[in-house]
Amino acid sequence: MEAASIPGGGRSRLGRSPLARLPDRALRYGLTLLAALILALIVYFFVRLVGEARPAFAKEGVLGFTFGNDWNVSAEHFGALPLVVGTLITSALALLMGVPVAIATALYITELCTGRLKGPLTVLIELLAAVPSVVYGLWGIFFLAPKLQPAEQWVANKLSFIPFIGGGVVTIPNYFIAGLILAIMILPIVSAIAREVMTTVPPDHKEAALGLGATRWEMIRMAVLPYCRSGIVGGAMLGLGRAIGETIAVTLVIGDAPQLSGHLFSQGYTLAAVIANEFGEATGLHRSALFAAALVLFVLTLLVNGVARVMVLRAARSSAQSRGGAAKPDVADAEEAAVLGA
Amino acid sequence: MTPDASSSPTTGAPSLPDSPAVPTGSAATPAGSAATPTESTATPAGPAEYERERMLQPGSQPAPPASTSAPAPTSAAGVVKRGPQVRLHQLRAFYGSAEQVKGIDLEFPANQVTAIIGPSGCGKSTMVRCINRMHEEIPGARAEGRVLLDELDLYDSSVDVIAVRRAVGMVFQKPNPFPTMSVFDNVAAGLRLTGIGRGELRPRVEAALRDAGLWDEVSDRLSEPGVGLSGGQQQRLCIARSLAVDPEVLLMDEPCSALDPIATLKIEELIAALKQRVTIVIVTHNMQQAARVADRTAFMLSGEMVEVGPTQDIFTAPSDPRTEEYVTGKFG
Amino acid sequence: MSAHGANPNRIERFAVSSRRRRTDRLARGGVLAGTLIALVPLVLVVYYLLREGLGAWSPHFFTTDPTGNTFFKSSDIGGIRSAMVGTIEMVALASAIAVPAGIGVAVWLVEYGRGHWFAQLVRFFVDVLTGVPSIVFGLFIYIVLVVGTGFAGYKGSFALALLMLPVVTRSAEVVLLLVPGALRESALALGAERWKVIFRVVLPTALSGMVTGVLLAVARAAGETAPLLFTAGATNKVNYNLSQTMNSLPVQIYTDVTSPTQSVVDRAWGAALTLVVLILILNLLARLVSRRSRLA
Repeated sequence: MEAASIPGGGRSRLGRSPLARLPDRALRYGLTLLAALILALIVYFFVRLVGEARPAFAKEGVLGFTFGNDWNVSAEHFGALPLVVGTLITSALALLMGVPVAIATALYITELCTGRLKGPLTVLIELLAAVPSVVYGLWGIFFLAPKLQPAEQWVANKLSFIPFIGGGVVTIPNYFIAGLILAIMILPIVSAIAREVMTTVPPDHKEAALGLGATRWEMIRMAVLPYCRSGIVGGAMLGLGRAIGETIAVTLVIGDAPQLSGHLFSQGYTLAAVIANEFGEATGLHRSALFAAALVLFVLTLLVNGVARVMVLRAARSSAQSRGGAAKPDVADAEEAAVLGA
Repeated sequence: MTPDASSSPTTGAPSLPDSPAVPTGSAATPAGSAATPTESTATPAGPAEYERERMLQPGSQPAPPASTSAPAPTSAAGVVKRGPQVRLHQLRAFYGSAEQVKGIDLEFPANQVTAIIGPSGCGKSTMVRCINRMHEEIPGARAEGRVLLDELDLYDSSVDVIAVRRAVGMVFQKPNPFPTMSVFDNVAAGLRLTGIGRGELRPRVEAALRDAGLWDEVSDRLSEPGVGLSGGQQQRLCIARSLAVDPEVLLMDEPCSALDPIATLKIEELIAALKQRVTIVIVTHNMQQAARVADRTAFMLSGEMVEVGPTQDIFTAPSDPRTEEYVTGKFG
Repeated sequence: MSAHGANPNRIERFAVSSRRRRTDRLARGGVLAGTLIALVPLVLVVYYLLREGLGAWSPHFFTTDPTGNTFFKSSDIGGIRSAMVGTIEMVALASAIAVPAGIGVAVWLVEYGRGHWFAQLVRFFVDVLTGVPSIVFGLFIYIVLVVGTGFAGYKGSFALALLMLPVVTRSAEVVLLLVPGALRESALALGAERWKVIFRVVLPTALSGMVTGVLLAVARAAGETAPLLFTAGATNKVNYNLSQTMNSLPVQIYTDVTSPTQSVVDRAWGAALTLVVLILILNLLARLVSRRSRLA
């Protein structure tokens, strides 16, 4: 730039010395190299994981491992089904309890509450995300689980005719508490995404509904919820992904019973919890099995997150369309922001 | 609530005295043969300055083309409906502390089309949104004054705002059918709110679509998404949606501004047919449109009503210089 | 709905049925109830943290290391000094690795690689990384670095850095995308080289947004336990040397939770309160910084 601005200087006015171009090239190549390195690291990451898991898969077969029903460390027989089922149960509980509440908070903040409350309420919901996993576990095992045990026992007794839910003895660590803690943990993400999609509902549709003589709730049912459906589902799936992979809080409140028998209020196990509990002492095939469990866990989160992303993006695209083509994927951005735990 | 001889804030000429004998001259039925007793006391009180006894005759407007696909609108009971007269009395509208509509007195005669014209930002949409009490939905916005539907003050504290919105329908500038609903469901949306039986739903949807001149075009695709229709069709769908709940008044806020000329024409035909059944208020920035469809026209400027009168007069012989400047295109 | 005067109410027939009114009220009540339910755990967590944790706080608590003497009620169990030191050091190192790398990748994605298939690939993989459960990062570092050589603080930092990387990249990318293209173009049109545009125009504009993202990533890393379990391990001694086993707040809490000794559990609460306060401060800083953003 300096060279070009010297009038009548030795170089042509539009020329630029190769030396001046160096920082630019250096930066470009340097960053490209960085990106490539990161890519290589990630690939290596998966390669090593698969490698470590291979012995276990070799012994049990991939399907045999994933769906085999016996996690027996001493017999060196590893079927992860109880773990997979436990993971699914706790995550399903988390969704069941967390998503409706999250939607309610989003509805309240975007549609029903006064302007002045919106900011503070949003901050409060986000604060739930600031509590680290181990603190939730601590609080869960020392406060929530014991406090809820009498109520759980009451439910188990009253509903003893329903399989799985009723009829057993309630232990303090159990599936239900794990699901409940997970529900609390995914609440901020799902709420944030739901809030984002709800604010993108075009006011036109809401006015059209009100103009037909709808009550506030009827307007929400006619114009807001249908519009937000796929975005909310996407958000719920992101929450699901988070719940599946959550380790420490669950480990502390679920006990360690890798078996399929059991009921809602008994101890259970999840893929992540078994790794946390057993890895320290594991050797050989056992260790390999834990890596295999990690891989299964990871594939599960990958699938769920992938589907979630597609749904959230689709919601963003369709909302942009009906607003007349503004191409900004703000919902995707919001999902990212939520993923960042903001 | 008594009928009062409210005078409009026009340019100072004396207003004509209240005269129940002045015929309201809608193209179809003279006031005297109205079915319900309430109509007879609702003849135009407090006429605006340029109210003439010779009302606009049907022949002085370009007649709506006879090929309209909408037959004379009837209510579900088969009786030819009459719209009410709507009167604004000292209507003011605020956004926070900013006064956007400044004390308007205006009358919309029954079963006529009244157009509101004026430059952008003059408050016409705001004023119209006060009639169906949508203005107060905006946070911080409020309205004062009275809006009288025949004798009923819509702003009276005993009146349910939701009922008001059902009675006073609204069609918006940009067609906005519910994107997740089919054509049928869109029209049925308002009806479903009152838990209407499935048996009665279908005929009313069909009737509304016929009234909106859309039935022939969509009868074979009722289950397709509403947003799949063309722009003009979507707007007629929105009109059908509003008509389905059988309103008394229809407010239209620049309904054709997002449409092509052919679609616009279809909707203007529709308006001519619909006015036999409802009282229509149309906001438009297109003066030719006002000239085509409106019986009366009101000119607004900066939140105030400058002049109102038969459309012919407003456009050919306005009495206020500001009106003249606007209609001749000197600004706006 | 009463009519005034003798005239029947013209809009009576549009009245809202009481059933609809009831539904409306119930639904709105339900939504409010749901919102309040969401706030209950927050209140309870804060309450218990304060109730149980404040009691554990004392100068002794912050200035001594855990002693490991947990079997006798009378013995001094120590405080959490090594845990705090460990957390601070390891998170600092992790940030020093992840922040430049993450921002570098983000800059590359936005400024150089846009539209290129390679960029899509990189972004895809970074996305995939966001979904990895945190314990898996620990496992990876374990097999790559720890096997045979033992635990170390810096290995824990690597695991944390892996966790932070996608978070930093994503948030930086979002912020960089918000910088108006027109800004870049006018700088380039003045004849500035690309790198100058990036460093003098784009990055400064995006700075507070990126700082916010970084602070949030740091807060997240500070609270993670699983990646550290098999990399930095756990120890009681304070240790400023990152190449040895290192304690950390989350791991300390995790270990203490399962102890039968009440005073140890109390210490866990105190440590938990400390950790939460630390994270809240970071969050608060992030919020303050984001308010000074020149974008959006």
